[in-house]
Amino acid sequence: MNLIDVAEATLLTPYDLDTARLDKVFDELVGPQTDMADLYFQSKRAEGWSLEDSMIKSGSYSISQGVGVRSVSGEKTGFAYSDEISLDALLVSARSASAISRAGQNGRVSAWQRQPSVPLLYTHENPLDTLTEAEKIELLRLADTTARAASPYVEQVIANIGATHEVILVADQEGHLSADVRPMVRMNVSVIIEKDGKRESAGSGGGGRFGMDFFAQADRVKGYVDEAVRQALVKIEAVDAPMGEQVVVLGNGWPGVLLHEAVGHGLEGDFNRKGTSAFSGRIGEQVAAKGVTVVDNGTMQDRRGSLTIDDEGVPTQCTTLIEDGVLKGYMQDKMNARLMGVQSTGNGRRESYDSLPMPRMTNTYMLAGEREPEEILASVKNGLYAVNFGGGQVDITSGKFVFSASEAYLIEDGKVTSPVKGATLIGNGPEVMTRISMIGNDLELDKGVGVCGKAGQSVPVGVGQPTLKIDGLTVGGTAG
Amino acid sequence: MTIQAKKEALLTLSQKVLDEAKKQGATSAAAGISTGDGLSVDVRMAEIDKLEYHRDQGLGVTVYFGQRQGTASTGDLSDAAISDTVRAACNIAKYTSEDECRGLADAELMATEFPDLDLYHPWDITAEQAIEKAIACENAAREFDPRITNSDGASVSTYSGLSAYANSHGFAAVRASSSHSLSCSVIANEADGDGMQRDYWYDSSRIGSQLDSPEIVGQKAAEETLSRLDARKLTSRQCPVLYIPRLASGLLGHFTSAIGGSAQYRKASYLLDSVGSKVFPDFVNLYERPFIPQGMRSASYDSEGVATREQDIVRDGIVQTYIMGSYSARKLGLQSTGNSGGLHNLTVDSTGQGFAEMLRLMDTGLLLTGLIGSGINGITGDYSRGATGFWVEKGVIQYPVEEITIAGNLKDMLGGIVAIGNDTDRRIGTRTGSILVEQMMISGE
Repeated sequence: MNLIDVAEATLLTPYDLDTARLDKVFDELVGPQTDMADLYFQSKRAEGWSLEDSMIKSGSYSISQGVGVRSVSGEKTGFAYSDEISLDALLVSARSASAISRAGQNGRVSAWQRQPSVPLLYTHENPLDTLTEAEKIELLRLADTTARAASPYVEQVIANIGATHEVILVADQEGHLSADVRPMVRMNVSVIIEKDGKRESAGSGGGGRFGMDFFAQADRVKGYVDEAVRQALVKIEAVDAPMGEQVVVLGNGWPGVLLHEAVGHGLEGDFNRKGTSAFSGRIGEQVAAKGVTVVDNGTMQDRRGSLTIDDEGVPTQCTTLIEDGVLKGYMQDKMNARLMGVQSTGNGRRESYDSLPMPRMTNTYMLAGEREPEEILASVKNGLYAVNFGGGQVDITSGKFVFSASEAYLIEDGKVTSPVKGATLIGNGPEVMTRISMIGNDLELDKGVGVCGKAGQSVPVGVGQPTLKIDGLTVGGTAG
Repeated sequence: MTIQAKKEALLTLSQKVLDEAKKQGATSAAAGISTGDGLSVDVRMAEIDKLEYHRDQGLGVTVYFGQRQGTASTGDLSDAAISDTVRAACNIAKYTSEDECRGLADAELMATEFPDLDLYHPWDITAEQAIEKAIACENAAREFDPRITNSDGASVSTYSGLSAYANSHGFAAVRASSSHSLSCSVIANEADGDGMQRDYWYDSSRIGSQLDSPEIVGQKAAEETLSRLDARKLTSRQCPVLYIPRLASGLLGHFTSAIGGSAQYRKASYLLDSVGSKVFPDFVNLYERPFIPQGMRSASYDSEGVATREQDIVRDGIVQTYIMGSYSARKLGLQSTGNSGGLHNLTVDSTGQGFAEMLRLMDTGLLLTGLIGSGINGITGDYSRGATGFWVEKGVIQYPVEEITIAGNLKDMLGGIVAIGNDTDRRIGTRTGSILVEQMMISGE
């Protein structure tokens, strides 16, 4: 079945809507000064279960649906939304949204075109139905028993499993109809351990755009549990982290949060159109060390950050942001692309129908280099080897960014030695990128748990990188 | 519809949800319904950037079958959706475990008095007026100094709504509240043309007409941004740190979450079993004041219907109670403190100094004005975060600093509080002045 048919059957037909009726909405929405207008219909089902104290402590289910109505004139955006999908509600929203351009009665003129389907990057099966309730909670119980068997020091196990199923339909003033059906699943296990009078916790998990049966395969639950327990036991032994500027080696995979913060946000089209990013106006300049190539790739099969089409109906792509150290391009949504005279890169994303799209990342990662990870570590006399991180944050204007190491070790004479306590790493994005001196051959993406926040909106993303050596980054430890 | 009629409609709807839950076999249930609407206007470079109309509604239901719980939510308030949502919650409850701590909060704890806390003041501002105000605010910032070269814009937003809560103890109440804000963020260029700094200012209030004028907010935003120019790194050192009130509120938040019921029963706190023990110096008193008129966190009942109360959290530096809703209280063998959903206007006694006196008291150290990142370990209390601020010598601000981290352990930081200023920031939910911490590790060049 075509996705547009699925979306129409979910989002239009039950509410007595069709393209002829949408034309009436565009009559209200589009005036002589309107550059762009669209309707974003969304239906979302979410389910989550959690285990704590060896009990299935809670479960929740939510249903949400609605439609967002947007009108853009120059740099001005008018927006309104409704939790109710109906012609009347759409007309009310259209009148509010069009106030921005003092809309006349232009409406749409071209015929409706159902956008040709693009290759699907994920299943359109409803992930909530891929396991029975009993099977879902059995996975949580398995996490609990496996963790308690894994180490006598485990005191508490908290495990969560959840899935969402979204259907979206985008209709724009040019008459394009685009649709997507998006699955998402996620599982997390965290443990609290007590050993030698000290307590620590750590967590692990994974997910992506597929069914929940993913977690029932290939000992995945055991993998998450073992990783959480391992990290917690390492943290118990940790000594104070060093302070001051250090040579830092970042592990592969999730430490790619570095790129997300240090360069990713700064290369989003809106900040660059407004000239507020530390990377504004620098296309064609050397902004990173030679050998550094960073891409944003929304087209990866089954990935958490992937999208068949973005939230403006544009197919996603693999956009080269930095090539061999040279800044190549920004990530764009339709509005910022138009104002900057370029094409959308399929990065127009929104948290939900009740918020406006913005340029956002999908899966952002650095391509592999040629060094063996062992060779990189062996090259460091004294430094820090950071392999796991919590979150990060960036001030895109000053370029200052932080990310918090949750698992890190000292490097002494080229050897990885004592684990150190969690510490925040701080740097200046454009500067740090020029200090990358070695790039590993071991590119890996994260396990599918990333969430990115911008202007109050959260969207799922992926990050990745090979092992990297950075010749100077300030480490926020307490040991002098 | 009048506000009274809207309130009654929500109460009727919440009763309908409880009836439906009973019909579907639940032994008890709770329903929360909220509706609200608002307007937000963003302007940038003296032009409209975004005009957004908000209209939200939502229903959440929790059902209990004995001591098994299920929850579900929806944005659709039709009869059919209510019935489907209750069914979804009941289905969930079939699979959750029998948990002796589950259930509604105890009936005798339900609030019975509902004083008017004066929280509802819808702002009858039109989109045009809001745009005008925002433009005036941004202009005040941009015209303040030629070094202000770019803008992230100014915003006016207003929201007001109703929130009903009912449960099968017979508790049913609805509260109305409003919040309005005015904010501005501008960018200045460094003199050497290399690099930019951005900062912001805002005001927020329950009452639109009580917001600071657009001119004041704009000028303060410009001043904040200009003060960041020529920021330097510091070399690594150990020194005192003065948290401005907004950040002091966050510091106290790391304390209140550590004595939160769920951190305690999970044993996931650096302050385990701390009731009766001394965490702060003698002069520190923290208490909850839920009934402050127009207060940002004022409420006469919590999210389970439990009556809130004025209570001591810390007295003479000693922890007096954990902060609990009914579930964590039962887990700990205690009683709910009316804090399901959080604290209501945490209030802190000042040691009497104004901001300038606090600087003098610190003498030489870091005045902390910005934090980024979330490097806090709630189990060990280890704290390491990115920081911006000003270097202070002999009580006088010397220059702005950036790209440094501050680190320490929260136990030492809380125990090492030297003074609490009287420069309370009325915009935030926690009523505290600036807080001086005796010493922390600064990591830089």
